[in-house]
Amino acid sequence: MNRPANPPMPINFHANVRRVVANPVLRASFRGAMDFLTAKRATQFPDANAFETLRAQGEQIRQYALSRLPDLLEQLETNLTRNGIQVHWAQTPDEACRLIIDIASRAGGGLVVKGKSMVSEEIELNHALEAAGISALESDMGEYIVQLAGEKPSHIIMPAIHKTKEEIARLFADKVPGVEYTNSVDELIQIGRRVLRDKFRDTRVGLSGVNVAVAETGTLCLVENEGNGRMCTTVPDVHIAITGIEKVVEKLEHVPPLMTLLTRSATGQAITTYFNWISSPRRDGEMDGPKEVHLVLLDNGRSTAYADERLRATLQCIRCGACMNHCPVYARVGGHAYGTTYPGPIGKIVSPHMLGLEATRDLVTASSLCGACGEVCPVKIPIPDLLLQLRQQSQGHSKAPQLPGAGSGHKTLQSIAYRLFAGLYSRPALYRIFGLLATRLRAFSPNQQGAWTRSRVPLRPAGHSLHERMKSRNGAKVK
Amino acid sequence: MTPPSVARERILSRLRAAPQIVMTAPAVLTSPAEQSPETMLEQFRRGIEAFHAEVIDARERTWPIVLAEICATKRIATLMLPPVGMVNLQPWLDGPRLSRFDRPIETLKTELFDATNASLTIADGAIADTGTLIQSDPQRMPRTLSLVPPIHICLLDVRHLYPSLQSAVAATRWAEAMPSNLIFITGPSKTADIQQTMAYGAHGPRELVVLLTEDL
Ligand code: SF4
Repeated sequence: MNRPANPPMPINFHANVRRVVANPVLRASFRGAMDFLTAKRATQFPDANAFETLRAQGEQIRQYALSRLPDLLEQLETNLTRNGIQVHWAQTPDEACRLIIDIASRAGGGLVVKGKSMVSEEIELNHALEAAGISALESDMGEYIVQLAGEKPSHIIMPAIHKTKEEIARLFADKVPGVEYTNSVDELIQIGRRVLRDKFRDTRVGLSGVNVAVAETGTLCLVENEGNGRMCTTVPDVHIAITGIEKVVEKLEHVPPLMTLLTRSATGQAITTYFNWISSPRRDGEMDGPKEVHLVLLDNGRSTAYADERLRATLQCIRCGACMNHCPVYARVGGHAYGTTYPGPIGKIVSPHMLGLEATRDLVTASSLCGACGEVCPVKIPIPDLLLQLRQQSQGHSKAPQLPGAGSGHKTLQSIAYRLFAGLYSRPALYRIFGLLATRLRAFSPNQQGAWTRSRVPLRPAGHSLHERMKSRNGAKVK
Repeated sequence: MTPPSVARERILSRLRAAPQIVMTAPAVLTSPAEQSPETMLEQFRRGIEAFHAEVIDARERTWPIVLAEICATKRIATLMLPPVGMVNLQPWLDGPRLSRFDRPIETLKTELFDATNASLTIADGAIADTGTLIQSDPQRMPRTLSLVPPIHICLLDVRHLYPSLQSAVAATRWAEAMPSNLIFITGPSKTADIQQTMAYGAHGPRELVVLLTEDL
């Protein structure tokens, strides 16, 4: 698959947004998908108090795990190794890709068949594999569609929501040999099934993500509906799992509450079709299962976020996608506009430690701070507070440990404007003069007001200030 | 590129250098109160049916006869059984050709992927509140047997029900000796990846039939 000529970058956020907002088909796709997902989630949490209890538990389990993160990672490594699973550590996407390429080459795999893994997107694994002469094939239906189209996922749970079924039908007819145009969803899925089934059967290396890893037992837990995850982790000789260092919990009994929060928040299901808990490669006497299992643990900025007590909360995330489903910005601009692997509210708070604040400076400001994300988050990450903190860091106003690119969002004109604003509003005499001038000279306000007037009518002061109007109204009453 | 051992040391030392936050371990999570077997069975049934599985109660009958009827209605021509165990089904099933998953998958792939209509497995138990089957012994039940053939028929002894996943984790003591692969199955394979429209049989079985019994 070729890299798109102009990959959407977070630095081009504003231009990306303008493109999406002008496209009614895309907007309808996102709106439809978000309405669907929010309605389904709502049916799973009918009782607000029960939800609060459950998510307090989820928050506690994740915070506790993070409080012991280095210990739990070592315990996880010890137990996985004892179970026969090989553990590898990577500081950067580059290191992670190299490790995976080495394992795949040793296994003699010219092809890697992949289950859904956002971390593999984060490290741009597919490009690295291609560059090393190894093909990568996505097997989650949504990911398969997106890969066939040469695109990237637009949502972390439903990667192809930006596409209509007609677009997918045309894509299949164009790209899959021997396929006629059909817009029956059942037939389209069966086409994907046929193509991928041969690959599951014949491929030597499978790759997957991990939803949660359990330190006390050395277990990798995966949730999914399609069965492709089980195929990738079971049929090939070698299974490589990749995950971020934050995804560990201490005990097996911590898994059920987190998984129920995950599946209900993500797609509004009490459980997914498959929960797959992997603790070892094929053992003696077993007829199937991979002969080798590897786990790659990726840092990529997570330890930087960990160093800041407040930003550490970003590592509580269980990647359910509820925050983007409920975000008024995401619902309008869609996943690609962000130009980051993780879009939406969660993307705004984790991308800065992965890519630096300079590249992502427009993302932290793309929020009305309405608070919806924080309210639905099943592990209670205070997303709006973190956005404010990141804005301060981006302006260079924060004393917290610095992320790379701190201060890069600073704009001189903007800071002059805010200083003027503060000056006016703290001096009553000056404020009255300004008010008088602004209302009396309103006819002279400009018609072109930069970004504001691109899609709105110009701002014009009222003829009389609120103070004046209140005064005349009160005067009338007294009489 | 730094050698992997260096990466490990650097990551761990960065994490250890970060401010320490001391927290108490989360309280052991409570399971729902004990429920009667009938309530749990009813819950299980409703749960898994909501996920598009078919549940057939064979408790009053001989289950191989019921199995033979299923094979006939679904026109199952080839049925694969687990490696060992299970009564000799040949006398009951004159329709389908029976095979066993009794060799390593390497020599069985073509048959499993391309020439098997259905599989028969035994669940080690089930979870009532979500309607979930448990397969916890890959030596007795190969992992792919419940995954690859288009129709999966699963026998469930109704005496092995747990109220919730949490209570199953506690009662089974898996944490003390984890199976190489623990699988929880709730319905046939599905996807809503094309315009939120649900389609069954994405990569795993298109149909899941649960046979309830008391004599296994
Ligand atoms: S931040 Fe919260 S709501 Fe968003 S994906 Fe992560 S866990 Fe889900």
